[in-house]
Amino acid sequence: MSDTSKSHGLHLGLICVLALAYFVLPAYHSGNLASVMVIAIYAMGYNLLFGYTGLLSLGHALFFSAGLYGLGLMMHLADWTPLPAFAAGLIAALVVSAVIGFLILRTTGVAFMIVTLMFAQAGYLTILYFGKYTRGDEGFALQQASRQIAGYDLTDPGVRYYCALVLFSVTLLGLAYIIRAPFGRTLVAIRENEERARMLGYNVTAIKLKAVIVSGVVSGASGATYALLFGYAGATFATVQYSIFPLLWVLVGGAGTTVGPFVGALFMFYLIDYASGKTEAYLLVVGVTLVLVTLFLPHGIVGTIRTRFLRWLP
Amino acid sequence: MILTTRGLTKAYAGVKANTDVDFDLPAGQTRAIIGPNGAGKSTFVGMICGRIPATRGTVTFDGQDVTTLPAHKRIERGMAYTFQITSVFPGLPVRENVALAARRGLGRNKAAVRNKTDEVLSRLNISDRADQMAGDLSYGHQRILEIGMGLAQEPRLFILDEPTQGLAESEVEDFNTLIKTLDAETTILLIEHNMNVVMEVAEYITVLDQGMVLANGTPQEIRANAAVQEAYLGSGHA
Amino acid sequence: MEFGPHLLLASLEGATTAAVLALTAMGLSIVFGVMRVVNVAHGEFYMVGAVLAWFIATSVGAHPALGFVAALLIAPLLVGFLAAGVDRLILRHINYDPERTIVATIGTLYILQQTTLMTFGPDARPVEPPFNSRIALPWFEWGENGFEFYFPWGLSTTSYKLFVIAAAVVILITLWLAITRTKAGLVMRATQQDSDMAQAFGIPVKTVYSAVFGLGAGLAAIGAVLVVPIQQAYYLMGHDPLLLSFIVVIIGGLGSLPGTIIAAILIGMADGIISVFFTPTLAKIFATLVVAMVLVFRPKGLLGKSTS
Repeated sequence: MSDTSKSHGLHLGLICVLALAYFVLPAYHSGNLASVMVIAIYAMGYNLLFGYTGLLSLGHALFFSAGLYGLGLMMHLADWTPLPAFAAGLIAALVVSAVIGFLILRTTGVAFMIVTLMFAQAGYLTILYFGKYTRGDEGFALQQASRQIAGYDLTDPGVRYYCALVLFSVTLLGLAYIIRAPFGRTLVAIRENEERARMLGYNVTAIKLKAVIVSGVVSGASGATYALLFGYAGATFATVQYSIFPLLWVLVGGAGTTVGPFVGALFMFYLIDYASGKTEAYLLVVGVTLVLVTLFLPHGIVGTIRTRFLRWLP
Repeated sequence: MILTTRGLTKAYAGVKANTDVDFDLPAGQTRAIIGPNGAGKSTFVGMICGRIPATRGTVTFDGQDVTTLPAHKRIERGMAYTFQITSVFPGLPVRENVALAARRGLGRNKAAVRNKTDEVLSRLNISDRADQMAGDLSYGHQRILEIGMGLAQEPRLFILDEPTQGLAESEVEDFNTLIKTLDAETTILLIEHNMNVVMEVAEYITVLDQGMVLANGTPQEIRANAAVQEAYLGSGHA
Repeated sequence: MEFGPHLLLASLEGATTAAVLALTAMGLSIVFGVMRVVNVAHGEFYMVGAVLAWFIATSVGAHPALGFVAALLIAPLLVGFLAAGVDRLILRHINYDPERTIVATIGTLYILQQTTLMTFGPDARPVEPPFNSRIALPWFEWGENGFEFYFPWGLSTTSYKLFVIAAAVVILITLWLAITRTKAGLVMRATQQDSDMAQAFGIPVKTVYSAVFGLGAGLAAIGAVLVVPIQQAYYLMGHDPLLLSFIVVIIGGLGSLPGTIIAAILIGMADGIISVFFTPTLAKIFATLVVAMVLVFRPKGLLGKSTS
């Protein structure tokens, strides 16, 4: 079996397992899994930029919340129905990532990380400043009655689960396609040796901008999905912490692997869930995990499996 | 003339690395640029391919002024460049390194990219290493791979910055043979320290000294040129 | 209050902020200058310094001045050793790779913050200032009787705030002398110039790095000890100093120590003045965007020398 068909098998297999899991798992865990699939979309969007292009952003919460508020505000204030509101979320993320991408790509390395952090912080403060509409940290809930698509009630656990699965699958397969395509190969080339890629004739800045935009829109899609399925939007999602989470998920799962973001998100979701039952200071596990992964598992879970055992892993 | 420069000058904080270089390269020629260390050779080719912005002067490639074009646009128009310090994609397989170079010109035509890649790999005798990581290759093979990436671009002007630096003697001979077979296909601009290589492959030589053109001529003429000898001996170079 | 006295009051508040900020940002700047790494946990070392100051001051329990002096001597030292430990246990093992260092210090940020929460709880803790007499300030104006002084209501500062400014100036001058005039300072500067060369000349670069990382965190802790009698010690207090220090170091030019001081004064004064006259959120949005734009368009900093 070729490596390509093996990776198709892996992706379709994961989707099938998730589709069946709903019937097997108790309600509590299938609810969790729906959340994990939504945040894994965020992690996958982040991974395109960090894992494949080699750009470490500390400001992706800006793109996530662009999607979150793009959908949320349209439904909350303008009474839009979910589908147009979802499109509004994507467009918001597109515009924000295009503008921010244009600016941040003038910097590299540590300056890039700090600039992304600063823009995201400005975005968070802007959400607070317009607290009249966004309700600031407190946030707002979306009415159950409005969260319907073609007669399906998105607040129903089953509908919610499969809606999350559909969007997760589209993102997983779409990104797997992108990274196999010439565009994705070029991103990896830029990660490996930017100057060499430029001197092969690639317009590195334009390609990186495309990567920021795709990454930003996917992150925004995750935010919009979150607001739609869980019915809540709040400024907490725009804080630095929510920029660090996707970095954490991707590092734990394995940067530059297709299924790593999901694995990392799943692992950290349950770890934080477990720790928050034990102590008020549950974010301690976030810190300890970040340090341990940096020290001992630089390739993450899936990345380590790839290096040690399965070279074909996508 | 495939390449012409007029008055090409680069100044770093007032210190000139190149001063008013006028340079003409006819299509199909194999040209060597020689000169003592610090003569401004790498800066000069850097300005030709767009890595280094010129302070003033013009670069004309294939009849068009490319002075203001960014590097990737010049490469697109048919230049290729190999780095003085080996520069490959270390974490990617050898085959993918070459394919990345081929893809820029051949676009989404997968079969054409594959054919071109295979052709280059076999021409350089590295087909058996196609699936190795480029970073795991020996230094000599990395240099050869980088030349291969240039070949895969099918350039009309192939710029090589000290390609034989650090190669073993047998590898240098392979390199000479390769350049001679390329001679018929493309124009070659070569910065080289190894005078054996220069005398063997170059049809014409330009000597740079202190950022300026000191002499132009055939290998025989350059060998006999007193000013060139002075420049080399004066700076303690053989 | 009228505009003039109001501005004077804002400037005095700003000067206190600037003094503490100069110390904190100097710590970040030295670490970046010598080790070329960004310490994202810097704000947490500040926070730990503040919480330890509270702990030491309440443990001593005698006259407030005694507790404060004990805190000022002990807390920065403890924080310095803590940071040196972080350097030895974590940063050294990732070879100070810039990106991995940022990730590792983000981890350290959470560890310090959450451990403080577990140990000392979520409450804000006050520390009593060693002295705190109110000093009314005069204002002047042209009245009917010509030039006259008076004491507007509300225009005052405290002796402690003036002490903070003086203390920061003394500490920074001492630091400057230490860097330029002592052997330790020479070793530090040599390591900054070229760590490989320093290593070749027998300078224990690893030890220098641990010491510099400790010194940076210790400076943040001194700033924090000075500030707790004005603000309160609290496990989430590290966020703002981190962001402000980033801003100062960037505006001042990455790694430039004189630039850091000038920028700290600018930002501290601006912060004091802006927050008196404008809503803090809008001021912060503006400040953050300005800094981001500086990094985008003047990556060497506003005060840094540009190359080319």
